[in-house]
Amino acid sequence: MSQATPGKEAWASRIGVILAVTGSAVGLGNFLRFPGLAAQYGGGAFMIPYAVAFVLLGLPIAWVEWSIGRYGGARGYNSSPGIYRTIWKTRAAPYFGVLSMVIPVMIYMYYVYVEAWCLAYAMRYLFGAMDFEHAADYEEFFGAFVGAGGHGDAVMIPGEGLLGSAVFFLVVCFVVNFVLIYRGLTRGIEWFCRWAMPALIVCALVILVRVLTLGTPDPAAPEQSVLNGLGYMWNPGANEVGLLGALRNPEIWMAAAGQIFFSLSVGFGIIITYSSYLHRDDDIALSSVTASAGNGFCEVALGGLITIPAAFVFLGFAFVQDPPGTFGMGFVALPNVFGEMPAGRWFGFLFFFLLFLAAVTSSLSMLQPAIALLEEGLGLGRKASVALLGFITAVGAAFVVFFSEGFVALDTIDFWIGTFCIYVLATFQVILFGWILGGDRGFDELRRGAEIRIPAIFKYVIKYVAPVYLLTIIGFWLYSELLTVPEDPEETTRLQQIVQSGEVQLSLILILMVGTLFTLLIAQSVKRWRAAERAQVEVIP
Amino acid sequence: MTLGGWIVMALSVGGMTGLLAWCIYKVVSIPGATEHLHSQADIETPDIECD
Repeated sequence: MSQATPGKEAWASRIGVILAVTGSAVGLGNFLRFPGLAAQYGGGAFMIPYAVAFVLLGLPIAWVEWSIGRYGGARGYNSSPGIYRTIWKTRAAPYFGVLSMVIPVMIYMYYVYVEAWCLAYAMRYLFGAMDFEHAADYEEFFGAFVGAGGHGDAVMIPGEGLLGSAVFFLVVCFVVNFVLIYRGLTRGIEWFCRWAMPALIVCALVILVRVLTLGTPDPAAPEQSVLNGLGYMWNPGANEVGLLGALRNPEIWMAAAGQIFFSLSVGFGIIITYSSYLHRDDDIALSSVTASAGNGFCEVALGGLITIPAAFVFLGFAFVQDPPGTFGMGFVALPNVFGEMPAGRWFGFLFFFLLFLAAVTSSLSMLQPAIALLEEGLGLGRKASVALLGFITAVGAAFVVFFSEGFVALDTIDFWIGTFCIYVLATFQVILFGWILGGDRGFDELRRGAEIRIPAIFKYVIKYVAPVYLLTIIGFWLYSELLTVPEDPEETTRLQQIVQSGEVQLSLILILMVGTLFTLLIAQSVKRWRAAERAQVEVIP
Repeated sequence: MTLGGWIVMALSVGGMTGLLAWCIYKVVSIPGATEHLHSQADIETPDIECD
């Protein structure tokens, strides 16, 4: 074996760090959620609020979260309620931490289910059970597999046995995740980011080449060409409402910002917890930009060029305009591409298996904020905390699996938690950083140990632009929800859905129950922190 | 695909690729940068060691 020279070692180390940092945020949001949302909100029109949100919200709020977390960690806190309390010394401050507990825990409840779909598809490709004849067959299979036709359908095991049972794969994913967390085997995540993530990107690039060379596979439908598919994804105003019509809808701005937050793991409370374990002079500026750039590249350059054009080519305009749930498009469109590829079965296996591994790395980190609170605030051990969270998330995941008709539970929780609550938490954090910690103090914290110089203009973006942007969009969204009457009687606004749908009401009750539980846990934690502080004052008079 | 579509695609894909390339350039060109860079993946939580 040849001896590696110091120069080669340094390069290997640098490439390893780049891969670990860029790959850390890549997950289901990039390849599945982003194309689904872009399709729902008009393709090219969605990219305008998306790009604006990336620059004015995504990057600045990522810096905010990393800074707040490291600031709180230096003062002895790892959970966001504790960290908020060190920055804003009021009784209310820790209770904003309810959002940073509820968001990752409730996203986990449906994220693990989508993770299970990836594992199921990988196994089905491995055992040769994904060989359907027509594009519509893939759509029909996916709908039956996830129980989109009726509540409780996903619980039934169809004729083909465990390989056709979404619930079986959900149980496998749950066990894998909790064994990894319970035994503290999270070091494997770094290994994954260094080695499996590049494999996922290479696999996606091969699929991209195949998608771009599909041409017009069905001569009977000449309009379903790759060029038209790319047109739907990128033309501003590709859908019937046009560019201005799409941009006039405040929900597109909220969804675009929500997608940026979702895929960068910003506004979740996750980064705060992880950055609280950093050393005082570790870099957070270049780290967060590199992670955001790697994530954005996978999302826009790979997810955006593959899934929607493929869906358009094989399933047509009507399918792309109304995809099966936010996450479903990739599960229907991509198998068609694999069906047109040499060794497509093996590419299908590899892609969905690597996506499953990427999802596991993301889902493991979702439970860390709540674990930190249970340990720090209630004095529980890691294993007891994991067991409690296992119970809560299992109940929530069962709810999502059961209320599967039209993906109602998944989509309701994804909107109210994965978009709305993330949006609210991001707004709180940017105000906390810019106005309560103070722009200058906050920026000094961000710049300490920074490997790049962040332009001073971002101090003003964080203090003025981001809060005004967030509050304006949320104000317009509420206004349009309360006052808009949809032209199509079959369309309903989010608030109307609450009134009309029992399943939506139940989903919101679940959210409120989880929120109440964490409020009580935070109240108990605050009591313990106060008692500890009083004891400290008595010892040091 | 309209001209506007080509422009949006070029700006979006080019912008993200350019930003990633700039970050990689910074990581490899700044001496010692790799020692201070972190991601969720490599941050170890102390509770794993002591439980």
